[in-house]
Amino acid sequence: MGSQTLFEKIWNQHVVREEPDGTTLLYIDRQLVHEVTSPQAFEGLRLAGRSPRRPLAALAVPDHNVPTTDRSQGISDPMSAVQISTLENNCAEFGIPYYGMQDIRQGIVHVIGPEQGFTLPGMTIVCGDSHTSTHGAFGALAFGIGTSEVEHVLATQCLVQKRPQTMEIRVEGTLPDYCSPKDVILAIIGRIGIGGGIGQVVEYTGAIIRSFSMEGRMTLCNMSIEAGARAGLVSPDEKTVEYVKGRPLSPQGETFEQARKAWLDLSTDSGARYDNLVELQGEDISPQVTWGTNPGMVTDVNGTVPNPADIEDEKVRSATQRALDYMGLQPSIPVCDIQIDRVFIGSCTNSRIEDLRVAAKYVQGKRVSGKVKAMVVPGSGLVKQQAEEEGLDRIFREAGFEWREPGCSMCLAMNADVLTPGERCASTSNRNFEGRQGKGGRTHLVSPAMAAAAAVEGHFVDIRSWNV
Amino acid sequence: MQAFTTLTGTVAPLNRGDVDTDQIIPKQYLKTIHRTGLKEGLFADWRSRPDGSLDPDFFSNQSRYRDATILLTGENFGCGSSREHAPWALLDYGIRCILAPSFADIFYNNCFQNGILPVVLTVQEIQTLFDRVRSQNIYQVTVNLVQQAVLVSEGERYTFDVDPFRKDCMLKGLDGIALTLQHEAAISAYESHRAHQDPWLFHDQRR
Repeated sequence: MGSQTLFEKIWNQHVVREEPDGTTLLYIDRQLVHEVTSPQAFEGLRLAGRSPRRPLAALAVPDHNVPTTDRSQGISDPMSAVQISTLENNCAEFGIPYYGMQDIRQGIVHVIGPEQGFTLPGMTIVCGDSHTSTHGAFGALAFGIGTSEVEHVLATQCLVQKRPQTMEIRVEGTLPDYCSPKDVILAIIGRIGIGGGIGQVVEYTGAIIRSFSMEGRMTLCNMSIEAGARAGLVSPDEKTVEYVKGRPLSPQGETFEQARKAWLDLSTDSGARYDNLVELQGEDISPQVTWGTNPGMVTDVNGTVPNPADIEDEKVRSATQRALDYMGLQPSIPVCDIQIDRVFIGSCTNSRIEDLRVAAKYVQGKRVSGKVKAMVVPGSGLVKQQAEEEGLDRIFREAGFEWREPGCSMCLAMNADVLTPGERCASTSNRNFEGRQGKGGRTHLVSPAMAAAAAVEGHFVDIRSWNV
Repeated sequence: MQAFTTLTGTVAPLNRGDVDTDQIIPKQYLKTIHRTGLKEGLFADWRSRPDGSLDPDFFSNQSRYRDATILLTGENFGCGSSREHAPWALLDYGIRCILAPSFADIFYNNCFQNGILPVVLTVQEIQTLFDRVRSQNIYQVTVNLVQQAVLVSEGERYTFDVDPFRKDCMLKGLDGIALTLQHEAAISAYESHRAHQDPWLFHDQRR
């Protein structure tokens, strides 16, 4: 076989058949399912008289529409209620495991997959959700698909694919204090652009990536799609094995030992070649803040909002002007002068226990600015439970944050957690598109630490010089 | 899926790059459990201005584009969310073909699942088409999938690449799942091999 990259190893292990033109029938090990992108897939199965090939290779959970306030009264939005009961009914009909709204294991699909040991290294994993790239943190080939392909995987456990290209993104050196995996991925997107990864699977390598915890690697891989990449990968190591060990759906005993050996063999061979290479030096990375309407419109916290007049390229200039108009920002103002109205700590990017610990550290003993409304939405019921055991909920509440039930919440605002027109939010989520958090809402993407500090001060602050 | 062979239609312009699927169909329209009726949500936040009035400059508010079947747009079209509601909404409006310099991967894939042909042309070709659309009241082109060419009224012919397998499925309007199920034996053979080699992947099967 010769030297292979991590991607090539996983891909080759999943080829069911390959046509002479390279069209590949790729086996899919696991599928996560949520309420928004699955109803039409189940309906398709019914209309064709088909049933899921391996119902237990899927796991379903409602996350996009669920209320994050008291759930004992059910869901007030009738359409959301129908979508969630449809998922529950479909799972019951087709025998797919389902964690309902009252289940402690309920949460954001990309949080609960790893949490339950449903996500394992070396797997192919799909979901009707673009942030499926998150699971690449385990050295699993994981990517988002549309509803037709959700149905395809349910019916056949396969997808028809063409082999993508590969890109190595190497981040060497040391990451400065106060910089997080979120800052690294935002800096990467700022460098290669939101279309920079189109048609490619990215493998993140280098000392800084190795130093990240599994949760940090999930944050990193989560936003691969924001660079346009098909998927993001980090090769499995002892940290990966330790994280997976003992989880409810992980292998046990002898099988685990067998799996561990296979997982640790997955790393890219020396001499293997990627199609493209991007290199960053950790020392060059600062806390990041987006100023515009896509994740590539990003700058350092001590930087300024761009001035369209300084931009030569006509297309870039007009896109920048349009973004500033939408965001209600004057050209050239310092990022730290941007005043905010809301803070959202949550989403599949940054709602895990380590994210909440970091944010809590920044708000402990402080008060949320009087003009800011701030909320924390844990990624799952189990994350929420652990945070409460550690007393983090008390720290957040005492500082003036709302402490909510788990779900996608204001990352995409399909439930009641919505910005009103013109409101400006420091958000730990992944997309700052127009209207993403509510029509007319203005989103700035930041790390949990940056969001927490902004909540206290009412504007962005350079946490490197902020008095914690 | 409706087959796609050749299409002659009016071109509607959306001269922006990096159009994300949150714009193509905002989240408030994703609560449906059906595939149809989604044109209500198509570019809903761009169609109207902050005061609620319709933006007369937006293509879908102009009567000349009411019957448009071809959308002309900028690079990285369809980036962001994987929502198939985006191609469903375009299809519901009547769009069967999209011309752009590049597409986001998941959206590109989703188009083929719904009989919408995404065509990648060069930046220069796209610019030429924008110039012509702007200068004419109604501008039509013919997209021929068999020949893999866009035929424009000035006698020019812009060729494009398309994956042979996808092309075949589009030309015949094939059901992708039925095609895969023809390989049932290969899938079963793969599963038994894999279950033996890496049993933890098959926690659902008795060994």
